[in-house]
Amino acid sequence: MSWNEPGGDDKDPWSGKGDQKRPPDLDEAIRTLKEKLENLFSGGQKNEDGGQGGNNSPGFFSFGNSLKNIGYIAIGLFVVWLLSGFYIVNEGTQGVVTRFGEYVNTTESGLNWHIPAPIESVERVNVQQQRYIEIGYRSGGGGQAQGAVSVPKEALMLTKDENYVDVQLAVQYQVKDAKAFLFNLADTEATLRQVTESALRGVIGGSVMDFVLTEGRSEVVAQAKNEIQNVMDGYNSGIQIVSVNLQDAQPPEQVQNAFEDAIKAREDQQRFINEAEAYANDVVPKARGAAARKLKEAQGYKEQVIAQAQGDTSRFTQLLAEYKKAPDVTRKRLYLEAMESVLSETNAVMVDVKGGNNMMYLPLDKIIQSKQESHRVEEAATTATDSNSPKHAPIEEQQAPDRVPPLRSRDRNVRVR
Amino acid sequence: MIENKIAIGLVALFVLATTSMFTVTQTEKAIKFKLGQIQKSDYEPGLHFMWPFVNNIKKFDARIQTMDAKPERFLTAEKKNVIVDSFVKWRIGDVKKFYTVVAGDPNQANLRLDPIIKEALRGEFGKRNIKQLVSTDRHPIREMLIQNTKPVAANLGLEIVDIRVKRIDLPEEVSSSVFRRMEAERERVAKEFRSQGVEAAEKIRAEAERQKVVTIANAYKEAEQMRGEGDAKSAEIYANAYSADSEFFTFNRSLNAYKKTFANSGSMMVIDPESDFFKYFKKQGSN
Repeated sequence: MSWNEPGGDDKDPWSGKGDQKRPPDLDEAIRTLKEKLENLFSGGQKNEDGGQGGNNSPGFFSFGNSLKNIGYIAIGLFVVWLLSGFYIVNEGTQGVVTRFGEYVNTTESGLNWHIPAPIESVERVNVQQQRYIEIGYRSGGGGQAQGAVSVPKEALMLTKDENYVDVQLAVQYQVKDAKAFLFNLADTEATLRQVTESALRGVIGGSVMDFVLTEGRSEVVAQAKNEIQNVMDGYNSGIQIVSVNLQDAQPPEQVQNAFEDAIKAREDQQRFINEAEAYANDVVPKARGAAARKLKEAQGYKEQVIAQAQGDTSRFTQLLAEYKKAPDVTRKRLYLEAMESVLSETNAVMVDVKGGNNMMYLPLDKIIQSKQESHRVEEAATTATDSNSPKHAPIEEQQAPDRVPPLRSRDRNVRVR
Repeated sequence: MIENKIAIGLVALFVLATTSMFTVTQTEKAIKFKLGQIQKSDYEPGLHFMWPFVNNIKKFDARIQTMDAKPERFLTAEKKNVIVDSFVKWRIGDVKKFYTVVAGDPNQANLRLDPIIKEALRGEFGKRNIKQLVSTDRHPIREMLIQNTKPVAANLGLEIVDIRVKRIDLPEEVSSSVFRRMEAERERVAKEFRSQGVEAAEKIRAEAERQKVVTIANAYKEAEQMRGEGDAKSAEIYANAYSADSEFFTFNRSLNAYKKTFANSGSMMVIDPESDFFKYFKKQGSN
């Protein structure tokens, strides 16, 4: 640890500074160096002068000159060497200064000076750059999961309930301690990757699948972040986990279809219910409508029969009043009118039962049939025919009563009194 | 002449200085050998000296190193196979031992460490079932592993910083059955959802049909009541009116009935000429 050990005592310009932890003040350093150098060279010159005193002047002269030149050159080189100790640390970076490999200090951004090489050296570390690693996929730059290639070996994780989930995670980190970052871990990124995998699997392994896939995402992330940070701090890695992003947490590809079907099933369930409700909404109001119709019809019927009754009775009452005035005539008139109207509408067959044979046969079915046929034919031929013609036709066809086979009195269809 | 001497002296000094000095950086550990024997090994980072040709120096990386072993099968307590991927973080603890035992070679150190770690893992895994391994016991396993391997690793000059289980996986043949189980389980869920849907739908439909039937039946009840009322009322009206002259009512009503009965043409009537209507058909005059 002593530059001046072999070379003696005072000749070392840095003897005073060697033990200092901070870099020496620049101006002061240059000044003292200059003074000491001048002393050194002038002293050397004196000694040489004294040593060479008896020699001839040309040799002495040239030697003194060359020595002077060497001195100037040395001073020049020395100044250049000193100036080479200036260095710039960019914004967002820190410079880590080591002296013969031993850590001296960490400098912030701006212009800085260290004792020039080979004594001190500086290594710059970007402490604001966001670095990231990806677990379960490789995006090939950008840190986005879109278009990324999945790495199933990393992504598939066992959950507490012994299911697999497919998890893709991105971890962003930056350097928080440049010294620790440089000196403690052989491969920080690989270590972070291993630690992340271990921590994430620990967290996922402690949770059940449904939790991981649904509401537990943020909790998984928070736990993982904590764990990663703790472990990395345990290694004194000098990095700060900025964020842990769960790019994707899904059931594994092998069972995607089943999972999708389960989701569809949930939709189907809702669909069935909705369809049934639609049916109910269709049927119930219709039934209410039909019920209302029934009620209205009944009401209508009620009012109808009452009104009819009132009408009928009113007619009857008035008729009765008149009937009371002349009962006999009215009665006969009513009877005859009624019979007239009845017989004019029907095909009447008069049979003198008392005078005739008891055995009388009337082919009624044939008569009716032929009448219906003619009726149908006529209807088909001229729909607009006079309404009387169909009634006449059967009568004309009708055979005379005496030609009709005798009919037993008991077989009479109708008996008109 | 003097210049030359000075020059030679300077060069000699320079050579001596460079060959007798060495630096140990912050990330290194160094051993100084004196003619092959270890003389000093506890160097701090910085500039150090040695005798040229007599001493020589070996430097080793003092940072934390990783042993990331290949995944290995272990048996769990319930005799299931699991594939375990773990990693070990170590650094040089005793650089003398590190040099003498594993020749100062990190790769060789890893080779020697590997069976030790595997042995420890096997022991811990054999005591636990899969559930414990995967979910609950990660931290205890880690503690035990570090505790158990620390003394053995120290014999290799290594200091164990951390041992972590990265992956615990089921062998492929088992994991495919896990996938099948997951599928079956999802199918179960799907079926449950669907049949619950059908159940609810069926209930809704049945309820709707019940409402329909009940509504109609109630309406029928009310309607019939109303009709009954109408019938009763009309009967009352008829009775009130017709009881004034029952015989005339019967007569009048009968006539109306005849008219209505034979109203449609096509009826056939066989008439006895003796009837009242034909009273004057055969003979004229009053009887």
